[in-house]
Amino acid sequence: MTLQVSLTHYLIASAILFSFGLFAVMARRNAIMVLMGIELILNSANINFIAFARYGGLHLDGQMVAIFVIILAACEAAVALAIVLNIYQQFNTVNVDEVDTLKD
Amino acid sequence: MTPDTTLQLTDYLFYFFALLAILSGGVVVFSRNIVHSAFSLMFTLFAVAGLYVLLNADFLAVTQILVYVGGILVLILFGVMLTNKIVDVQIKTGSIHILPASIITAIIAGALCGVFTLTDWFIAPGANVAAAKSTAPHIGEALITNYVLPFEVASVVLLVAMIGAAMIARREQKPAAHS
Repeated sequence: MTLQVSLTHYLIASAILFSFGLFAVMARRNAIMVLMGIELILNSANINFIAFARYGGLHLDGQMVAIFVIILAACEAAVALAIVLNIYQQFNTVNVDEVDTLKD
Repeated sequence: MTPDTTLQLTDYLFYFFALLAILSGGVVVFSRNIVHSAFSLMFTLFAVAGLYVLLNADFLAVTQILVYVGGILVLILFGVMLTNKIVDVQIKTGSIHILPASIITAIIAGALCGVFTLTDWFIAPGANVAAAKSTAPHIGEALITNYVLPFEVASVVLLVAMIGAAMIARREQKPAAHS
């Protein structure tokens, strides 16, 4: 691995971002922090798609997949935040380890 | 193909954006103040957009800034404001299961980096040349030819998600107020 930037550098950067996102999803208590971790994971996946689109000779196909990932990320954020708001009204907390009842 | 060992401007830009993304991503995950996390997520998203530009994806970089920084980040900040009692200045959040989570994350990160480094990836010829033209016209063409079905389905998904989010987040009305 040389200092000159190639496909591997982008893949490593996205792997580190993915690990951060994974840690946030597993370890943080606040539900909104979990959402931010999911956004990090989706971004790292997008970096991979676009890096392979450039270096793997896929041209536009990788970028198209990345566009649909961004669209679905927007949907996911809207619905998940609506659910988090509902949880807050119901339990008066958004800590995911305290919300453990199915029905009151 | 003679390997040119001098670093070009794009290489330095890559290292700048990658370091910015990773450092601010670390602040997002490890900061105890959730507002600091949300704001440093903005820097991560900007840096990822910069990486997209370096990967010849100019249209995607603009989309990233519009959708993520302009939309999702504002949504997240609204979520932070609506679910925390700002009056109490209790916007700190803790972590749970730090040790198992760190171990699992380290294992997965090591495995990913190992696979990425050791694999002999296929590099398409001419991939090192930066594109001179914008990708936007080609993406527009592809959206109404090869990708027209996913495009339409995505629009339906967006509509359904919007209606669903509005339905879920709506405050429950008293039954006597209506009907």
